Amino acid sequence: MTALLGAEHLANIGRQAALKREVVTRRDIRKYSVATGQTLRKYLDGDEAPPLYHVALFWDVVELDQLTPDGVSIDSLIPRLPLERAMAGGLKIEYHRPIRPGDVLVARRTLTNLYEKQGSKGPLIFYEVVMKVETETGEPVITEKTTRLLR
Amino acid sequence: MPNITSLTAGDTLPGRSYRPDNVQLFLYNAALWNAHRIHYDHPYATGVEGYPGLVIAGPMIGEWLAQCVVGWLGEAGRLVSFEYSNRKAAIIGETLRSGGTITAVHPELREATIDLFIWNESDEVIAPGTAIVRFD
Repeated sequence: MTALLGAEHLANIGRQAALKREVVTRRDIRKYSVATGQTLRKYLDGDEAPPLYHVALFWDVVELDQLTPDGVSIDSLIPRLPLERAMAGGLKIEYHRPIRPGDVLVARRTLTNLYEKQGSKGPLIFYEVVMKVETETGEPVITEKTTRLLR
Repeated sequence: MPNITSLTAGDTLPGRSYRPDNVQLFLYNAALWNAHRIHYDHPYATGVEGYPGLVIAGPMIGEWLAQCVVGWLGEAGRLVSFEYSNRKAAIIGETLRSGGTITAVHPELREATIDLFIWNESDEVIAPGTAIVRFD
């Protein structure tokens, strides 16, 4: 085992990001629905958000000088790690109630795990972030665990 | 619309084929504010990151897995949970197919569990997923 991750990295497990608050608009749901090739009218008309719409809603809006040369935004929740090339991982989502236009949603993100594995083409670092999405009044909307890979 | 009383483990969900182009990939990443060069900078995607072409965004493929469920379910119920992982990159120009199989039916909970797949042209599962739906 190469032990890429040291105590200084692992100390970040449990860290929470600043709260994000976003307003859901019909226009944004419609754009997302068209881009993802939806077929149901409720999505295309923006009456309800498709299942992964919250991924777009809470994607960081970063300024140009905050992007790395490869165009990736650095997630401030994640410490600087010895591997930096991002690859898509996976999501695990519990749905509590649909997202509709006019909703004001609040997301709390926590880094819940950070570990390394030996992949077939070299070492990989995995991290897990849990995001809890609620309405402003505290009604649960979505609980999501994202796993991402760095190579 | 499907009905919980007529479902059996092993039933399949109708799939769909996807052949996303640069325009769709651009609109998707614009909707997210995702500027990763692997999705629009061909020399970068191939020369620097070593992909055979422009990479179809992972969470868009995730959305297609979920689409297989919600398109089949319609207004008969709702998605309770959904998970997937991106196992292999897909490249613009490829044709992908979605599909699903019911693996368990729980009439007492009015729930069904569904395995979901996105296949590439070589019949490899590039993104497996699982969903639980609850009927009204």
